[in-house]
Amino acid sequence: MSWARRNIVVIAGLLTLAYLILPNIVVMVFSFNKPAGRFNYAWREFSTDAWRDPCGVADLCGSLALSLQIALWATVGATVLGAMIAFALVRYRFRARGTINSLIFLPMAMPEVVMAASLLTLFLNLGAELGFWTILIAHTMFCLSFVVVAVKARVMSMDPRLEEAARDLYAGPVQTFLRVTLPIAAPGIAAGAMLAFALSFDDFIITNFNSGNTVTFPMFVWGSAQRGTPVQINVIGTAMFAVAVLIVAGGQIISNRRKKRALIR
Amino acid sequence: MTVTQAPPLSPAPGGPPAHKPSVRRRLVPYWLLLPGILWLIVFFVLPLVYQASTSVQTGSLEEGFEVTWHFATYWDALSEYYPQFLRSLLYAGTATALCLLLGYPLAYLIAFKAGRWRNLLLVLVIAPFFTSFLIRTLAWKTILADGGPVVEALGAVGFLDVTSWLGLTEGSRVLATPLAVVTGLTYNFLPFMILPLYTSLERIDPRLHEAAGDLYARPATTFRKVTLPLSMPGVVSGTLLTFIPASGDYVNAQLLGSTDTRMIGNVIQSQFLRVLDYPTAAALSFILMAIVLITVTVYIRRAGTEDLV
Repeated sequence: MSWARRNIVVIAGLLTLAYLILPNIVVMVFSFNKPAGRFNYAWREFSTDAWRDPCGVADLCGSLALSLQIALWATVGATVLGAMIAFALVRYRFRARGTINSLIFLPMAMPEVVMAASLLTLFLNLGAELGFWTILIAHTMFCLSFVVVAVKARVMSMDPRLEEAARDLYAGPVQTFLRVTLPIAAPGIAAGAMLAFALSFDDFIITNFNSGNTVTFPMFVWGSAQRGTPVQINVIGTAMFAVAVLIVAGGQIISNRRKKRALIR
Repeated sequence: MTVTQAPPLSPAPGGPPAHKPSVRRRLVPYWLLLPGILWLIVFFVLPLVYQASTSVQTGSLEEGFEVTWHFATYWDALSEYYPQFLRSLLYAGTATALCLLLGYPLAYLIAFKAGRWRNLLLVLVIAPFFTSFLIRTLAWKTILADGGPVVEALGAVGFLDVTSWLGLTEGSRVLATPLAVVTGLTYNFLPFMILPLYTSLERIDPRLHEAAGDLYARPATTFRKVTLPLSMPGVVSGTLLTFIPASGDYVNAQLLGSTDTRMIGNVIQSQFLRVLDYPTAAALSFILMAIVLITVTVYIRRAGTEDLV
């Protein structure tokens, strides 16, 4: 018993981890299910049908492709706009910095449903047609703040003397930016872009309000919760989890190697 | 989310230090800011203005809406839907407290005890993020299904008797009860609690723990006097990152709850997208925004002064 008392933090932590991972395991297991009816909530029989035919459900892969497309463009938009703001905020002093900082902070401090609803009133008042473009505009908007925060954190830890050194060596502003500033800021920009992609790809609430009849992947899952959930949804969920583990683990390995190499040097 | 402001800079590193920067150079930050800030003004600030105007309009979908400064909408909305507001705050608050309670040990484990397993544990915390949260929330429907192993086990140890007595569950059911909704909310926002906690715990020098031990502090005292105060920034940003989205969420209440567990997000969603009563929906949305902003401001003030000492 004293062992349990000494390791209470470890036990509690691992229980929380189990709570976090449990749904992913259920999703994985049920991707091999062969349900009797439309709903895939009860285990019946092992089958690999869904894995062999992941696009076998109407509109599923179409919605997936649409979500990827939107996430890609929203990431590009939010990363470019956000990185520019972050550079301006860290590297320059100017009036209205406080106001701009709060403007960046507010979208993150507001329940998503408020933003979603207000955007919808704008689009309704302008008579805009809801669909691809309104979703893209909305996603770029709410991803922007997160990119700014991620890039800002990285740029703030950069030594400005590196850029001064480059200028002392007669590098022009463009050359300094491309050869010195950008490479050092790259991990922050990459982190911001990854965050934006994940946020946009998985967004439901803002998309729910501003998509009209356009069906993104989360919208498809939402609809299927009412009409019947195909096993293919679990297949795609499992595949996403696997890809994420690979990407995150790969990133860790690369950064570990870099650290080791830096130590050897 | 960083609540802190950027520290003031030493002489603008952007410009050459010796002579006065040219007009062109001084305009650089504004050109950098312009596109992004414009985007936020047009698609974040302007929509809020439109929503404010919508909330004081009257009329119907057929005949169109008109601004009549009908502030009574706010009062009507609040008096009709205050149970949903209270429920949202209660559920979101409970979920936030549970996230803190569950998340702290895991963040602590990763920061101080994991050793070479640290990266693996971090991957396991982040990776679920990437599976669509709707799919994972639907998985809870399977886990909490009536008569499933989890519910049976909870019933066998008498847990459900206690929660039923508290009004959180009904009989031997978990699905479609408040407990299911809070379970889903806690689950969905847990990573938002763990990551900031981990970041602030990781910054603590382990030698401080040793020093506390050398001064004959017991582990519990060390935690209360050293670790917890130093991790307060993580606690504050973690609770905010959990509470704010949880208070407006309608996915968990919809998928795991029943009509008796509707949160204010569900009401706003159905008023906007199904009932099409835009003024009421806009008013509800503004009331929610006001409640959240006030709660957050008060909380940051308190956490920033008294509790941090």
